[in-house]
Amino acid sequence: MSSAARIQEICAAHSARKGPLLPILHDLQAEFGCIDEEAEGLVAKALNLSRAEVHGVVSFYHDFRPAPDARPEVQICRAEACKARGVEAIVPDAERAAGKRVRLSTVYCLGLCSVGPNARIGDAVYSRLDAERIQQLVEGA
Amino acid sequence: MSVVRISDDSLAKACGADALAAAFEKAGATVERVSSWGMHWLEPLVEIGGRGFGPATPGDVDAILDGSSALDIGTIAEHPFIAGQQRLTFARAGLTRPLSLEDYAATGGWAGFERAKGLGSEKILEEVTQSGLRGRGGAGFPAGIKWQTVARAAGEEKYIVCNADEGDSGTFADRMLMEGDPFALVEGMAIAGLAVGAGHGFIYLRSEYPDAIAKMEGAIALSAEIVAPFKLEVRVGAGAYVCGEETSLLNSLEGKRGEVRAKPPLPALEGAFGKPTVVNNVLTLAAVPHILAEGGASLYESLGIDRSKGTMPVQLAGNIRHGGLYETAFGISLGTLVNDIGGGTESGRPVKAVQVGGPLGAYMHPDRFDLPFDYEAFTAAESLIGHGGITVFDETADMGAMARFAFEFCAAESCGKCTPCRIGAVRGAELIDRIRDGGRVRDRIELAPQMHNTKTAARSQEDEVQLVEDLCEVMRDGSLCALGGFTPFPVMSAMRHWPEDFGLERKV
Repeated sequence: MSSAARIQEICAAHSARKGPLLPILHDLQAEFGCIDEEAEGLVAKALNLSRAEVHGVVSFYHDFRPAPDARPEVQICRAEACKARGVEAIVPDAERAAGKRVRLSTVYCLGLCSVGPNARIGDAVYSRLDAERIQQLVEGA
Repeated sequence: MSVVRISDDSLAKACGADALAAAFEKAGATVERVSSWGMHWLEPLVEIGGRGFGPATPGDVDAILDGSSALDIGTIAEHPFIAGQQRLTFARAGLTRPLSLEDYAATGGWAGFERAKGLGSEKILEEVTQSGLRGRGGAGFPAGIKWQTVARAAGEEKYIVCNADEGDSGTFADRMLMEGDPFALVEGMAIAGLAVGAGHGFIYLRSEYPDAIAKMEGAIALSAEIVAPFKLEVRVGAGAYVCGEETSLLNSLEGKRGEVRAKPPLPALEGAFGKPTVVNNVLTLAAVPHILAEGGASLYESLGIDRSKGTMPVQLAGNIRHGGLYETAFGISLGTLVNDIGGGTESGRPVKAVQVGGPLGAYMHPDRFDLPFDYEAFTAAESLIGHGGITVFDETADMGAMARFAFEFCAAESCGKCTPCRIGAVRGAELIDRIRDGGRVRDRIELAPQMHNTKTAARSQEDEVQLVEDLCEVMRDGSLCALGGFTPFPVMSAMRHWPEDFGLERKV
């Protein structure tokens, strides 16, 4: 199936919902790894919106990206509670281990604030990280 | 052999609960995955016949099973951290399997809902109002009044929206409730639906909580027939902190950019899709089943102090020895929570600051530890309870860096709708840098001959401090929502209490 047909299928699957745009974009992001211009246009057409409106939504949210990135992603929480538990001291270790192979991204809070520093890879979360553990995680990502 | 109970809360899993459970199964034990007790420093916590062992690793399995483990903490229910609590919203924490309808019904589940069905709208509204329940998301608005407004609003179509976009650092009670006792939220929303005449509910849940999303979707499917014709669905956020603000949450729910709306109109009158809408936090809605149970409203009202009624699930986070969830009646002092219950810092160093209420809450100095946990008392101290999170910092914390981070965070998460927040946050971070650099000399452009109207004298630290104070005033009074409006709280409190961290002299 071509991606255009698949995008239309995803739009149709959510058409009965109220306010279907975010659920559609989540599905597209999960399936294609990004929401590019072409996808924006197709979604706009399916929902009877302008492409500007769809682009405005895609660019507003941190979870959606305009181009695919094949690198594995490691999210590190750098919000207050993890800062209080020393996340800033181990970020350089993570960056060294990541190099250009792994995409490190900052998130603000994974909701594990009593056992930080915390990281997330996919749907798995990891806590009580130190320099050694974060390096292992990044290298294994 | 008795059953081994291990939590399947995402915090326990992040600490290694899955591997531990697998190790117990390999050793021939029957493992039951339950909700978390909330004693996070002991996770993964193992419970066998009421006794607790933690924090356990797969290497401890044999010793725990043959009774020789040094991790034994005695009977969990009698542990001082648990025994000292008044658990209403978290009454089932640690006791039930999150997605077991059987466990839920056996522990008083659906009693409030069944009773509410017989009471009718007016009586439900009356009881919720009587209980004194206030919004647990941060604003502390009386839930009963909000529900009455929606119930009396014109229109056939109304909605219940649960704000589960728990983005504040230092808070995790919503996550624990949804992962540990999801039916309580379903029940609370169904009761709200009965009270205001809404047939459809949305749970707006942040994408950073994959476990909570899975549990809520599971619970909704399992309980669909029980709460019918009330319908529920989960809507997943997309990584925007500002969507925890109720009007931007509604925009996001409708499939728009998560920009804040001006109020009025109130969401109670024109909320989701332009219809009258109840927007409440997870903890507010999850407190409702208890309130609607026989005699619940009077019990709730009898707890707490002044106008802060009932219990608050306090979240002890950051650099704290005994971190976790502590539900207690309002009125307990901040110092008791941090030092006596939390055991001080995990690092063993003295407490330097605690931030109450998430990234927008003030940094409290230990000399304010007498402050009672009470909405009005905190407001009077230029602070806020917010969602009840307490983040502890030890003496190594750099409060100047934390003040800068408050501005950075606001800049990163601003929705961009109003100028004080969008631009003020960026300028604020620059100003903190200038103060920490000791002021600044004029740049090349300012000194150019063409700029003869510009002042040429260097700007001192005091000039920049004055400017930050002015900026904070503008942001506080001129922002559309709490993100820009409350960012001055952490900034100004840090500057007031720890001026030396900004390179400033302490005022006597």
